[in-house]
Amino acid sequence: MTDLLLGPGPIGAVVKALVVLGVVMGIVGPMVWAERRIAGWIQNRQGPNRVGPFGLLQPLADGIKFIFKEPMAPEGAHVPLYVLAPALSFTAALSTFAVIPFADRFAAFGHEIWPIVADLDIGILWVFAVASLGVYAIVLAGWSSNNKYAMLGGLRSSAQMISYELSLTVSVVGVLMVAGSLRLTDIVTSQANGLWNVITQPLGFLVFITSAFAETNRLPFDLPEAEPELVAGYHTEYSSMKFLMFYMAEYANVVLSACMITLLFFGGWHLPFTANLLAGAAPIVAGLVGIGIFLAKVFFFLFVYIWVRWTLPRFRYDQLMSLGWKGMLPLAVANLVWTAGLILWKLA
Amino acid sequence: MTPRELFFWADAVVAVLTAGMVLLHRNAVVCALSLVMHLCTVAVFFVLLDATFLGVVQVIVYAGAIMVLFLFVIMLLDPKGEGVTGRMGNIQLFVTLGAALLLVAGILRILPALAVTNAGGGAAVPEGFGAIRGIGEALFSTYLLPFELASVLLLVAMIGALFMGKKEIVE
Repeated sequence: MTDLLLGPGPIGAVVKALVVLGVVMGIVGPMVWAERRIAGWIQNRQGPNRVGPFGLLQPLADGIKFIFKEPMAPEGAHVPLYVLAPALSFTAALSTFAVIPFADRFAAFGHEIWPIVADLDIGILWVFAVASLGVYAIVLAGWSSNNKYAMLGGLRSSAQMISYELSLTVSVVGVLMVAGSLRLTDIVTSQANGLWNVITQPLGFLVFITSAFAETNRLPFDLPEAEPELVAGYHTEYSSMKFLMFYMAEYANVVLSACMITLLFFGGWHLPFTANLLAGAAPIVAGLVGIGIFLAKVFFFLFVYIWVRWTLPRFRYDQLMSLGWKGMLPLAVANLVWTAGLILWKLA
Repeated sequence: MTPRELFFWADAVVAVLTAGMVLLHRNAVVCALSLVMHLCTVAVFFVLLDATFLGVVQVIVYAGAIMVLFLFVIMLLDPKGEGVTGRMGNIQLFVTLGAALLLVAGILRILPALAVTNAGGGAAVPEGFGAIRGIGEALFSTYLLPFELASVLLLVAMIGALFMGKKEIVE
């Protein structure tokens, strides 16, 4: 029974997909709360503290408010695409989690459990492919709203995301060369000796995290929705659940980036000393500790995301483009050359 | 019907419908989106043929990168009600019909040959088929010259576009 539910078969995949969905949505809600509390802390004010203990129920209250708001479409909007855009954004953001491994395979209850929905041999390409479809959501939202601010936001976003996708993918090639595989579990296994990719490829990590910020439209790269100039950019005309879907997709993308940073550059579920400590432990304990380590690292990078948001001011649009094309892309190529040299030197 | 066949027919129906939408819909943005959808269904065909890598690359390159730029241009130009009408429209209609007839004739011509190769369910898929390693090795050994020539061609096209797009050359 547990083999059927948690093994690699189709039923196991559906069960695990639901679990992963629950975990991701379970992180997204509290993350909104954490972001506002940490923002308050950084700006020396309180943040939400009225609904429930420490304001913890605030995301729930916000969610209920969104559900009960009246859904409406602006005059002259292209309604089918106007409705499709947030759904596409949300679907794309959640589909990427199918290939994210939460820990190594471990035995429990007499069966082997794979804490991943689909262990594709091209896992990382799946993430890039689905994420690149997410761009359409923003472009369409901007176009179908029949609003010039939304339109400008949508156009900016497509240019920004395509520009930074380039340096994002090139910075990952170094990691793939070291691992010799596109499977995310293999990439983590290649760092099991404690030599994390962030140590061997600091430049690649820098380019990756910068581009990831740009891809998720977070400050300092949130130009598609820059409030002072574009009202709210592509989601100016969205309200109720449709707005909530954009909102949740954005946070799901942030969680995804934190997962990717952890898997690609920070050794996933490994810590340098845990392998020895866990050698004698029961497999289920080792597996759960692995999941715990992975989530702890992810939470740290989520904190970094919030931290950066309240530290750096927004870029100007020409600065953003020149940083992407003249700064990040050459650095990513430099990292590629550096990593190739490193591999050759180690082989020789 | 095996699950693979079921997926194939479901995908084929969507592929034909979206291809029709590209041609027939009056809204250029919807046409472009239908093309995106169609390219994704082609990616599913690749996956059904055990070429997973090609399928994902299809989505990344065509649906994810090229079509976004298409959409970008269409949205900027906003071609509302700019159809070809009158005499030019008639000529266009005849050319389109002629091309379609040629295409159908070509398909009918090669159909018997395809039926022969597919008899007996086709050959078994070799180990590692469609994997990134095999494609990389083929590109950098057997097809090295065409591969490099294609990359030079793309570079030339890029520099040409840059040159023509620049309004004035500063000495």
